[in-house]
Amino acid sequence: MPEAISDLDILLSNEEALVAALHRGDPLGCTALVKRFGGQMYAVALRIVDDPDDAEEVLQDAFVTACRKMHTFEGRSKLSTWLYRVTTNAALMHLRKRRDDTVSLDEPQELDEGDVLPRQLGDWTVDPSQEALTGELRQVLEQAVRELPASLRAAFVLRDIQGLSTEEAAEALGITPGAVKVRLHRARLALRERLAGYLSEQPQPIRA
Amino acid sequence: MSAQHDHSRCRELLGSLSDYVDGDLEEALCREIEAHMAECENCRIVVDTLRKTVLLYHVLPSDPPLPEAVEQRLFKRLELEHIIPSRSER
Repeated sequence: MPEAISDLDILLSNEEALVAALHRGDPLGCTALVKRFGGQMYAVALRIVDDPDDAEEVLQDAFVTACRKMHTFEGRSKLSTWLYRVTTNAALMHLRKRRDDTVSLDEPQELDEGDVLPRQLGDWTVDPSQEALTGELRQVLEQAVRELPASLRAAFVLRDIQGLSTEEAAEALGITPGAVKVRLHRARLALRERLAGYLSEQPQPIRA
Repeated sequence: MSAQHDHSRCRELLGSLSDYVDGDLEEALCREIEAHMAECENCRIVVDTLRKTVLLYHVLPSDPPLPEAVEQRLFKRLELEHIIPSRSER
């Protein structure tokens, strides 16, 4: 005999029911929120703060905020987008506390044109559509993201790793879609440079 | 880049390349970039490797489930640990 569908299963499969449960303060709603989105939000927090203990603290702060402030979710965006915003805010706040206060996380660093001009101009033989990512390549990809400035990293993680649309990433980051595009482009160019050192057949730094 | 090549156009087009690889660029500018790439090997490589950069991150494995110990501590912080048993108890 199949197992009966539990209340938790219903909340896990029906976003409308989940939002309603959260709005009425049902503890099962918050439990389902963790079960459904905990892995995604932890992954984002970990990539932004780059430390498992700090990521866990961010995750806890984010879900405490989400469960207590559910009344501020008006349903105009997807629940996941709203939760990405809460988590990203918590992660960036955490970095502000952890780092030198004079470092701005609101504006992209490395704004000089020279920093984003392509310098590595060797071809890559890698075929991402065919490529089963080796452990080594995966580490190279993750390390390259870690080396991005925080504001660029957050935009890149949400847009190109988590797969949010430009508009969703803009809402999650509290910036305009145009600003997301600028940060994303700078992040991609910076990553391309870093990956070239590993993937390029013949790295050929451009000469001025 | 070759001595004969006009680098200024490469710089002008650079800012549009992410929109180009995402397919978000207007048709006329796409044609302009493609015409430029036909004559500029460096820009062709930059576009190709930028596209590969994006694709490599798209094929990263999806997020793993929340580690059980992390989940349990989160439930404790949320005072929800009594709601459902841990995975190992089920």
